[in-house]
Amino acid sequence: MAERRIRQTWIAVRLPRLPISFKIDRRVPLAALFLLAFTLVVLVMSINYGAYNMSPLDVIQTLTGTLPADHPDYRNFVLVVHTFRLPRILLAFLVGTALATSGAIMQSITRNPLAEPGILGVTAGAGLAAVAMIVWFNDAQMSLLPWAAFGGAILTAAAVYLLAWKRGATSPVRLILIGVAFAAVLGSLTTFILVFGEINDVQKAYVWLTGSVYGGNWQHVRTLGAWMLVLLPLAFLSARSLNALNLGDEVATGFGVRVERQRAFLLVISVALASVAVAVAGTIGFVGLIAPHITRRLVGPAHEGMLPITALFGGALLVLADLIGRWVIAPSELPIGIVTALIGAPYFMLLLVRYRK
Amino acid sequence: MIQAENLSLGYDSGANIIHQLTLTLTPGHITALVGPNGCGKSTLLRGLSRLLKPAHGAVYLDGQDIHAMKAKDLARQLGILPQAPTAPEGLTVHELVAQGRYPHQNWFQQWSGDDERIVAEALEQTNLTLFADRPVDTLSGGQRQRAWIAMALAQQTNVLLLDEPTTYLDLAHQIDVLDLLAELNEQGRTIVMVLHDLNQAARYADTIVALRGGQIVAQGTPDQVITSENILQVFGLDADVIVDPVTGTPLCVPIGRRGGRNKKAAASINGKVKTVIPA
Repeated sequence: MAERRIRQTWIAVRLPRLPISFKIDRRVPLAALFLLAFTLVVLVMSINYGAYNMSPLDVIQTLTGTLPADHPDYRNFVLVVHTFRLPRILLAFLVGTALATSGAIMQSITRNPLAEPGILGVTAGAGLAAVAMIVWFNDAQMSLLPWAAFGGAILTAAAVYLLAWKRGATSPVRLILIGVAFAAVLGSLTTFILVFGEINDVQKAYVWLTGSVYGGNWQHVRTLGAWMLVLLPLAFLSARSLNALNLGDEVATGFGVRVERQRAFLLVISVALASVAVAVAGTIGFVGLIAPHITRRLVGPAHEGMLPITALFGGALLVLADLIGRWVIAPSELPIGIVTALIGAPYFMLLLVRYRK
Repeated sequence: MIQAENLSLGYDSGANIIHQLTLTLTPGHITALVGPNGCGKSTLLRGLSRLLKPAHGAVYLDGQDIHAMKAKDLARQLGILPQAPTAPEGLTVHELVAQGRYPHQNWFQQWSGDDERIVAEALEQTNLTLFADRPVDTLSGGQRQRAWIAMALAQQTNVLLLDEPTTYLDLAHQIDVLDLLAELNEQGRTIVMVLHDLNQAARYADTIVALRGGQIVAQGTPDQVITSENILQVFGLDADVIVDPVTGTPLCVPIGRRGGRNKKAAASINGKVKTVIPA
């Protein structure tokens, strides 16, 4: 009798004579290549686009450092690409990467497909802190703003986690409910501050709340990049326990996963990723919700492949959203958070319709 | 061998659901935990694994306190399948079953040749090889439950705890799942399960433990436990016990307050049935 071979969704990679083996999902390399190519194309298009005219070839030459030094526009090209456009686009990419990864982790540990990075009140906490800073201390240094936002985010998440703690454990449902309650309270406090603020400050605060990478500089890119260098590998290394947690607390416990400890660790990673992203770019919505969703449909729910692809997808999405925001009402520009909302809201509706079935 | 000693279990700050319970489970047996809703049978099952920490007392696996063991060591010896688990959308049967290898793997050893072979065997044994590529959420209830059992099989534990493995299944699939568990038991696995249906418990279990109010009311072979007196005491229900014509095990026939809707038929059959009851 011919035995039917199981078509594995992954390829096994094993080292001979060593107890080392990995599985690589068949769909992942292709998706990764496609997303990388897509990001690069949009990146060049995005650098290319703007008030100062350059050809795509000029952009590529400037980026790769192959632009002849005797080119008549050498200094302008270098200035435009390296000082104005590249840092902001890289920042958009990093922020997208952070938010998407954060959202993917949040959705898996709460087992809630509608969870997003802000579910523990991170965005609401960052928003309140940033708005208070802008409206009340308008003479304060703007460079302190990311720190205020970061502090607000971390403090809120910690408070939500502590309140969800009950007899040595937290449950996903408690986390979500307390997170939502906190977001509501902090949101109304934010509104309260905005209502009584000076109109100029309020406008500035609103732009921050919508989320924007406008004015992103190398300092931002370096700081965010350094955080990501630590947080992303930690997230990717936790793929196996995320897979187990995704089957439910009981099954994961049965596998020998220390559920409460793993969940706390993953929450810290997720909250940190969201907080650094929000600190530099404000509260950009929807990326953390839809990127993991679309990625799961592309490469399946196993986190070994799904997390890196989500990260790439989120980055690509924000680079694209930034380009659209600068192009659609040029010479003015739409904050990136509005563009993601315009893309995200219809997809969100689609999801809701699907989950009602 | 699993032993519970003076085990008290409860949730939150409320009163304990299981009080000072002592129980020894025979290795190689199928043990069924039965009792009315809220009697603590599922709680007891959770306490026998590490899903619930005892308020007092302890559970020992081969003499070792399960809460003192390393989580992964315990997971290689004792598997638990909760009631009606759900798989993430799009996860295939093969991916689900492969996850059962978790306690045998580490970060460097994520998919060994052994893993591949054992998962293929688990699929074969549960008749799911043909469905391996299908997403779990597209399977029928019976197939889905077999997939979860296959996952527990891939975990390769000597002891398997199951919380109502037949819930939400139609009768044919209930029997199918129980037959599968009986096969697994014949290969040497100790099986402990919570069951609602007394007749199924009588058919498939070597030992039945009947609980009420968090305490053991009766414990022993189906013949010893499934009696009219015990059913009255445990469920507060009048029932006749006759011999199952297929298996010879006790078969519980509830009488109820009205003795059935059709009084005439009941009157005509009454005498005949009584004669079947063993004295």
